[in-house]
Amino acid sequence: MNLSKLLPFLWIPVLLALPLTAEAATVHIAFLGKQPEDLRPAAANLEPVHADIGLRGAELGIEDDNTTGRFTGQKFKLLGATLHHGEDPRRAFYFLLKEGYRHIIVNLPASDIQQMADMEGAEAVILYNAGAYDDRLRGRDCRANVLHTLPSHAMRADALGQYLKKKRWEDWFLVPGKRRQDRLFARAIRRTAKRFGVKLVAEKPWTHDFDARRTAQALVATFTQGVEYDILLVADEAGLFGDYFPYRTWLPRPVAGSQGLIATAWHPAHEQWGAVQLQNRFRERAGRWMKPRDYAAWLAVRAIGEAATRTQSVDFAKIREFLLSDRLALAGFKGRPLSFRRWNGQLRQPILLTGPRAVVAVAPLEGFLHPVDELDTLGYDERESLCHLTRKRP
Amino acid sequence: MKRFLLAACFALLPALSLADTIVVTLEKDNALAIVDGDTLTLAKTVKIGRRPRDIHFSPDFKQIYVAVSDDDTIQVLDGGTYKVVGTLPSGEDPETFAIDPEGRRMYVSNEDDNQVTVIDLQTGKVVKAIPVGVEPEGIATSPDGKWVISTSETTNMAHWIDTRTLEIAHNTLVDPRPRAAAFTPDSQQLWVTSEIGSTLTIIDTGSKEIVKKIHFQIPGVTQALVQPVGVIIDSRRRYGYVALGPANRVAVIDAQKLEVVDYLLTGKRVWHLAFSTDGKRLYTTNGASHDVTVIDTEALKPVKSVPVGHYPWGVAVRP
Repeated sequence: MNLSKLLPFLWIPVLLALPLTAEAATVHIAFLGKQPEDLRPAAANLEPVHADIGLRGAELGIEDDNTTGRFTGQKFKLLGATLHHGEDPRRAFYFLLKEGYRHIIVNLPASDIQQMADMEGAEAVILYNAGAYDDRLRGRDCRANVLHTLPSHAMRADALGQYLKKKRWEDWFLVPGKRRQDRLFARAIRRTAKRFGVKLVAEKPWTHDFDARRTAQALVATFTQGVEYDILLVADEAGLFGDYFPYRTWLPRPVAGSQGLIATAWHPAHEQWGAVQLQNRFRERAGRWMKPRDYAAWLAVRAIGEAATRTQSVDFAKIREFLLSDRLALAGFKGRPLSFRRWNGQLRQPILLTGPRAVVAVAPLEGFLHPVDELDTLGYDERESLCHLTRKRP
Repeated sequence: MKRFLLAACFALLPALSLADTIVVTLEKDNALAIVDGDTLTLAKTVKIGRRPRDIHFSPDFKQIYVAVSDDDTIQVLDGGTYKVVGTLPSGEDPETFAIDPEGRRMYVSNEDDNQVTVIDLQTGKVVKAIPVGVEPEGIATSPDGKWVISTSETTNMAHWIDTRTLEIAHNTLVDPRPRAAAFTPDSQQLWVTSEIGSTLTIIDTGSKEIVKKIHFQIPGVTQALVQPVGVIIDSRRRYGYVALGPANRVAVIDAQKLEVVDYLLTGKRVWHLAFSTDGKRLYTTNGASHDVTVIDTEALKPVKSVPVGHYPWGVAVRP
């Protein structure tokens, strides 16, 4: 074997690994994202496509952690990477592993996250999912080395369900789009309907071609004709047609779901519980509003920071143990302490129900009770979950 | 008969907090509510700057300082006429501030800049900006004048600022989102409330060690609603009081045994607290029910609620 050919592969990781081990009291965090798909939105082009979603949240989190670190003698460093189309995230992940990163925040699709979690060497790291709402990542396909700071589709659907149940709008008309995420969110809505005992009076997929934009708008009235319902739930996660539905339906009925009244982890209209401070800090730094995935990445970095502060350690095992313990009480500007569900690694968190300019309600709503934690009324509870990473001690 | 009446009048006197004036900031009305301490009714409302929040009298009661957050300043008002006589360079979006016992310096939390601004009250000039943790909120001076405490909500620490050097001398890690801090009148203990942690942390000033952590739990009230904010301790260090926000209650704590004695019902979203001059009453600002609850500190009972205006935030009392 020719050693000179092998050498470059050997020394790169070694050299890069050095600073990570030599420095004392530093937590190294990596962020891995992907160039977003360039999709044309349905209505007006109000906002450009941002390539730095998630990364900006992580950066702010690092800044916050380091301000605290000044007083505890700890440092937090971030390596941010955004992949271009066609680049294999597993390759990037491989190099992060080789370089010694053990806290890796990912804003990537579920399939990528799952593949990474199963790679050799990944068992010794934590992947923080700040990109995928897919319920299967928290259920059937869950992994012990993945924590989810982004809520699941089921949590969002349950938040909507609680509100609609409270309003007694119990006849639902579901309109899912064609894309994969639309189908998954629609599935979560169906589950919620069953859970809360409400009626899905009709389900009609929206299959129209988006090139015929002008006619699509006109079609909404006839598309919704002949159905008696209380509220129309649209599952259009990419924002390709849902914005046409409000005010255009045959009957004068409200719209919720991906558009209209939405259920989300974060929104610019959210100002309660000191949230306006986080909104301001983010906007000052990023020059745009904080998105749910920015918030999820910020939460991940803050959770790591909080664990390092409380355990007074930058040791991976200690941080990991703290994160999964009931000692974690993360302040997330949503009025309740946040913590991870031990059975599937999902961060418990309130869900905002909001219109475009004002928050309508924050779930869990009053009256939706739970024997342990009301936040667990959102999404798959321990008994329903197909994921059992840790069994509760008897 | 006349003599009897007169005697009766005198007999009643000690029970009244005579001539106290209670001044409340109204966050959404851009005004101060002036409440008469005798009749416990709203005497008048005075317009001031936008989004008034924290409020304190100067130690000689000649001036009132009010943080008007949306005007990015602290207004100085005449303590008797409520006319604006000046402004102080507080930095952006001032929310809370504290004044040292001699009335020489003011310490302001600048939430957006992660610093505490120190203002000389004689010259009205900034002496120093001290970098602290993320989102400084609570601020308190020790009665002996030695310490200023700044609590940072996202860093979750109480920073001990030495008033001689104006440098941080020590940091104490507390539970999530520390909102307010107060010293016991003897300066021996620091009490810090944590909004998300639902706790009160009591720290020994000498050793900076945590003496006790009190967890607030109220039967029948969802734990998430128990969000401790304002804290105050009486002059004899008999009782301390903690406002519990949307739990709509004030916790009464035995300040010697450091145990919760009772939870007193107040208006909605109770945040800040002030004693009457004689200490016989406690006034609370209830942001969501737009009133002030008057608590009898002898009987430990709420005795009256006084409607004052929209979103009462801070409260200060003048004899």
